Amino acid sequence: MSETVTQKLMFFFPRCECEKPIIYHLVKDYDLVVNVYRAKVTPEEEGYLILDVTGAEERIQQAVEYVKTYNVSVNATGKGVVRDAQGCTHCGHCVTHCPTKALRIDDRATREVMYHEAECIECLACIRVCPYGACSSAF
Amino acid sequence: MKTYEQINERIESGKAVVMTAEEIIDYVDKKGLDTVADEVDVVTTATFGPMCSSGCVLNFGHAKPKLRMSEAWIEDVLVYTGLAAVDVYLGATQLRHGDSANMYYPGEFRYGGAHVIEDLIAGKTLQLFALSYGTDCYPLREMRTYFTIHDLNQATMLNPRNCYQNYNVAINDSERPIHTYMGTLEPKRKNVNYCSAGQLSPLLNDPLYETIGVGTRVWLAGAHGHVYAEGTQHAGACDRTALDVPKGGAGTLALTADMKQMRPEFVRGVSLRGYGVSLALGVGVPIPVLNTDVLKRTCIRDCDILAPVVDYSYEYPQNTGKIVGHVNYAQLRSGEIELDGKTVAVGSLSSYFKAQEIAHLLADEIRRGDFQLSQPLAMLPRDTGMKPLLAREKPS
Repeated sequence: MSETVTQKLMFFFPRCECEKPIIYHLVKDYDLVVNVYRAKVTPEEEGYLILDVTGAEERIQQAVEYVKTYNVSVNATGKGVVRDAQGCTHCGHCVTHCPTKALRIDDRATREVMYHEAECIECLACIRVCPYGACSSAF
Repeated sequence: MKTYEQINERIESGKAVVMTAEEIIDYVDKKGLDTVADEVDVVTTATFGPMCSSGCVLNFGHAKPKLRMSEAWIEDVLVYTGLAAVDVYLGATQLRHGDSANMYYPGEFRYGGAHVIEDLIAGKTLQLFALSYGTDCYPLREMRTYFTIHDLNQATMLNPRNCYQNYNVAINDSERPIHTYMGTLEPKRKNVNYCSAGQLSPLLNDPLYETIGVGTRVWLAGAHGHVYAEGTQHAGACDRTALDVPKGGAGTLALTADMKQMRPEFVRGVSLRGYGVSLALGVGVPIPVLNTDVLKRTCIRDCDILAPVVDYSYEYPQNTGKIVGHVNYAQLRSGEIELDGKTVAVGSLSSYFKAQEIAHLLADEIRRGDFQLSQPLAMLPRDTGMKPLLAREKPS
């Protein structure tokens, strides 16, 4: 039995595959706990689904292979919200709007705003409040 | 005691001892004012943040046949043409033509005058569209062309108000989120935003304007510029702490410099959701260590600088002058402040990170002998306040 892990996955759906009950199969067939951050799944349109899956590592692998059979592209880099390091001025306006403190000031002396991608839940608040447009969504 | 001439001689010979306004604090603590006043020549101060009252004068040169611009737009941003034929003034907060502003509240304000200024300094190619009513000497009526900053005869930043000495800490006492020039403020005091470099900020290190005056050479976004006047709304007559530090806005500087010498990372267009466009600028100001008094004032610490907390949902917009209270910058920089027993998260519009970078860049330039200090031609007033705009009946 492999170890239980949590992984962030991003599925991009081609136009024709949006009506398949993919999440149902992830839960039912692969014993995965699913936590959806963002989704745009509209029939007849391209869509995306950003989620955390928790389960046995090998079951996650199998689930990814299963999803790919629907011509869905899977991105496991975890980079849904990106921060342009050059564009950021480290003003610190975002830090009070980030609910998980993925954007935070770790070093009080330098006051550099750090972005901890793994803690981002893709609420997109930073994109709305950044005065410099330094944060953006990958899709 | 040192003079400007002596300090400049040391700079020229590459022997000047320079420290930032942050470094000097602990150094004086360790060695004492008298020793350090002899040893250190210059203290560098800096700030980086939105400074709305900024803009630039551009000269395009003459077209063939000639055109006297009566209306003009750069990248669809209106510029002021009430000057000579091909001189224009571009203001940082001007919105792009067709921007829906706050019609669909809160507006995004993605591009405006400040972004044009950023793009110019970044060397991008921009569109000019100019109209004219036509004259005998300037017959051309319309022109659309593309240019970069290198095509311009002059591109001179001319900012009526920069470097506010101190600033409000904004809070929202209402029940709904509000969008202000101090950023987005969540309801019921969920967050506050401040905007000052505190102990690194130029006028907080020279609170009585003893060395910073009209004619002072400054580092403006990498270019060597000057203070050309007291800034608009300069109000040196204000409530001060026992260390003479203003407990609110107070002094301001009007700055100018050649944009062709500027560095794009220190000139950034700002889009403030629900409010509008502004320009974030990096400014560095050297303070000559003329005597122990001047040195002592550069040792100001965040914990000794007070800023007023102001409600931006009612008190600020209604101009009541009421404040919630004062907090100091050490409390603000801790990330949380206590207000009436409640803990409030602190955000900022001013980048201390960039201010530190600028203070070090300026210190390096002075050490290399590349930046000389200039003695002010005139001092900034300490006895003027700020007048309101009164709604008056038409005089009979």
